[in-house]
Amino acid sequence: MSTIQPPSEIIWWKQPLDRVEGTWIAIALIWSLIMFVMMPLWHVYGKQNLSNEAYRTTPEAFMAKTQAMVNEYTVRTETNQQIPVVSPPPGSDVYLIARLWQWWPILELEKGQTYRLHIASMDWQHGFSLQPVNINTQILPGYEMVLTLTPDTSGDQTIICNEFCGIGHHNMVGKIRVRESEL
Amino acid sequence: MTKHLFRTCPESGLQFHQSAERLIRAHAVVAVVMLLIGGITALMVTLTRWPAVHLLPADRFYQLLTIHGINMLIYWIIFFEIAVLYFCSSTLLRVRIATPRLAWLGFFLMVAGAVLNNYSVLSGNSSVMMTSYVPMPADPNFYLGLILFAVGALIGCFIFLGTLVIAREEKTYEGSIPLVTFGALTACIIAIFTIAMGAIILIPTYLWSVGLIGYIDPAMYRLIWWGFGHSSQQINVAAHVSVWYAIAAIVFGAKPLSEKVSRGAFLLYIFFLQLASAHHLLVDPGLSSTWKIFNTSYAMYLAVLASMVHGLTVPGSIEVAQRAKGLSRGLFEWLRKAPWGNPVFSGMFISVIGFGFIGGISGVVMGTEQINIIIHNTIYVPGHFHATVVLGTTLAFMSLTYFLIPVLFRRQVILPGLARWQPYLFGGGMALFTLVMMGAGTLGVQRRHWDMTFTDSLLGFDYPASAYTLMGIVGVSGVTAVVGGAIFVLITVGSVFFGKRVDSESHFGTATTRLMRAAPDLTPQGGHAAAGKWGFAAPGTFVLAIFFLSIFVIYYWVNWKYLASVWPLS
Repeated sequence: MSTIQPPSEIIWWKQPLDRVEGTWIAIALIWSLIMFVMMPLWHVYGKQNLSNEAYRTTPEAFMAKTQAMVNEYTVRTETNQQIPVVSPPPGSDVYLIARLWQWWPILELEKGQTYRLHIASMDWQHGFSLQPVNINTQILPGYEMVLTLTPDTSGDQTIICNEFCGIGHHNMVGKIRVRESEL
Repeated sequence: MTKHLFRTCPESGLQFHQSAERLIRAHAVVAVVMLLIGGITALMVTLTRWPAVHLLPADRFYQLLTIHGINMLIYWIIFFEIAVLYFCSSTLLRVRIATPRLAWLGFFLMVAGAVLNNYSVLSGNSSVMMTSYVPMPADPNFYLGLILFAVGALIGCFIFLGTLVIAREEKTYEGSIPLVTFGALTACIIAIFTIAMGAIILIPTYLWSVGLIGYIDPAMYRLIWWGFGHSSQQINVAAHVSVWYAIAAIVFGAKPLSEKVSRGAFLLYIFFLQLASAHHLLVDPGLSSTWKIFNTSYAMYLAVLASMVHGLTVPGSIEVAQRAKGLSRGLFEWLRKAPWGNPVFSGMFISVIGFGFIGGISGVVMGTEQINIIIHNTIYVPGHFHATVVLGTTLAFMSLTYFLIPVLFRRQVILPGLARWQPYLFGGGMALFTLVMMGAGTLGVQRRHWDMTFTDSLLGFDYPASAYTLMGIVGVSGVTAVVGGAIFVLITVGSVFFGKRVDSESHFGTATTRLMRAAPDLTPQGGHAAAGKWGFAAPGTFVLAIFFLSIFVIYYWVNWKYLASVWPLS
C-alpha cells in the first residue's frame, strides 16, 4: 500500500531503480529530444513555417492600407453587397480585414506565386481558417500579422472564422480564389 | 482547547478527522452538482453539433457552450480537487485539518463565485466562452464570480499546505510523506501558480469591464489567461495521476516501482508543465518561433517525459503487485485477471489508457509548433482535451468516488450491476467521441461553431460528406457518454442519500494512530526481477509501453506528412 503510506526505506532516494524503468526513461528521453529537434529542423528544411512577422497597428491605419489596395486592384464585385474582388500583382503586399462578421475583401491570387498576406482585426479576436487547404492562425485587434504564402493549388479556398466572435460568428465566411498561372 | 475527533474506517483502515470529513463531503457533493449542470449542457451542445438534429438556436448554443465549458473545466474539477487535497493531507496523514473555519470560508467563496458567474451567463449577456477573450465584453459579474471562486480555491490550497505542516509538527507519520500526498502537493503548487495567473489577468479585466481601465492588450491577455486556463488543466494531470497511484494501492496493494522515479516525474511537472500555455499561442502574431518552440515543448518535452514515466510506473506497479500474488504466467495474466468488474479499477485503467493513447499523443502532436497550423481552433482541439480532461481526469475522479462512497459517506453503492458497466459506457462513448472529433477537425470542421452548413452566410462553404458523417458519430457517441455520466450522477446521489448504511461500526473518538512506513519489500527469490521477464519487473507493461510509443511515432510522422501537403508558408 506504500503509495498511500510513507516509503518503506528512510533513504528512499538511494534505492536502485528497476531495469524496466531505466530502459523506458532512456527510450522516452530520446524520443522527447527527437521531437524537440524536429521543430528547428523544419524551420530549416520544411516549407510550412510561420515567419512570425507582425506589427502593431490600429483599425484606421490598417483600413487605409486595405482601401488603397482595393481602390487600385479591384477587378469586379460579387454578391448583392458588392464585395470587391481584388487581384493584386504577384509578389505584392495583400491586405485582408477581419471584422464582425466578414472577411474583406475577396482576394484573387495566382497559383504558384508568392504573396505577403497582411491580416488584422478591426474589432474582436478572430480566427483565420483557410479551407479545404487547412491553414489556421489567430487574428488579433491591434496586431497586423504577415503570412508569406504561395498557393500551390488552384480553385476556391474559403476563409472560415474559427475564433468565437459573437452571435454572427458562424456566418463570417470569406474567399480566396486561386486562378491557374497565366504563364 | 477544542477536541479533535477522529474515526477509523474498518474496511480501508483510513482515519478521518471529523472537520475534514465534513469538508471533503461538501466539496464532493457540490462537485457532482456542477458535473450535473455541465452534463445537461453537454447533452444540449452535442445535440446541436449533430448535424441531423441541430437542436438549439445559435444564441442559446453559444450560451450553453459557455456554461458547459466553465462548469466542467473549472467548477466540477476544482471542487473535486479541493476534496482530493483535503483527503490526501488530513485523511492520508491521519492529522487534523488546519483551520477548518477558514476552509469553510474558502468553500462558500467558491460556491458564491460559481453561482455568480453562472448567473451572469444565464442572464444572457456573457456568452463569451470560458476563455472570455478581450475585447469581447462580458458582464462584470462574470469576471467577479471567477475571481471569488479563485480566492476560495486559493484558501483551499493553503489549508492543504497548513495541514501538511501540522502533520509534520505533530509527527503523525513516520518518514517522508506518501507518494500520493506528494502528487497532491504537486497539484497544489501548480494550482497556486494557476490562481496567481488568473488573478493577474482577471482582476484588470474586471476593472476594464466596469470602465476603470481603458484597454487590455489582447495578445497579453491570451498569454496570461492561458497561464491560468492551461495550467488549471495541469492541476488535473497532477491530481489524476495521484488518484491513479492511490487506486493502484487501494485495489492491489501496489507500491511504486521506485519512489525516486515517480517523485522525480512529479518534480518535472512542477518545473515544466506550466510552460504549456504556449500551446494556445503557436499561431498568434507577435511571438517568436524560438519562444514558441521552447515553451510548447516544456523545455525539451520534459513534462511529456514525466507523463510517459507515470504511464509506465502506474500499470507497472500493478503488474508487480499482481505477479507477487502469483499471477505471473505469460506477459499479461496479471492484467487479464485484474478485477474488471470493479468500477474503481476499470475506470482508473480506462483513464490511464485514454489519457495516454488519445489525449497524450494528440496533445503533443498538436502542440508541435508547425503542426498546430493545421489544427489550431478546429474541433480537433476539443477532441484532444475531452480525452485528457474527461477520459483522464473525470473518469479517474469517478473511480475514486466509487471507493469513497462506502469509506467516506458510509453508504453502500446502489445499483452495483449498473455501476459495473458505467466506466465502460462512459469511457467507451467518450473515447469514440474524441476520436471522431479529431477526425472532423482534420477535415477543417471548427470548434465553437453553430452551423457547419453555413446556411445564412453570404459566401457559403461545403464540407465533404465525410465531415458530416463524423459529426453524426460525434452526436451519437456524445449522447452515449452523457448517458454514462448520468448513470454516475444517479448512482452517487442515490447512494449518498438513499444507499444502505455500511454494516460495520466506525465512531468518532479522540484516539488516533500514527501512520507507519510501508512494510519493507519482500524480495522474491532470485531478486525483484525474477517474477518478471528479461530482467524486467514489469515486462507486460513494458510491451504495452512500446506499443504506445509505436503509435505515438507513427501518428507524429503522419501529421508532419499532412503538414507538408499544405500551401508553402514562410
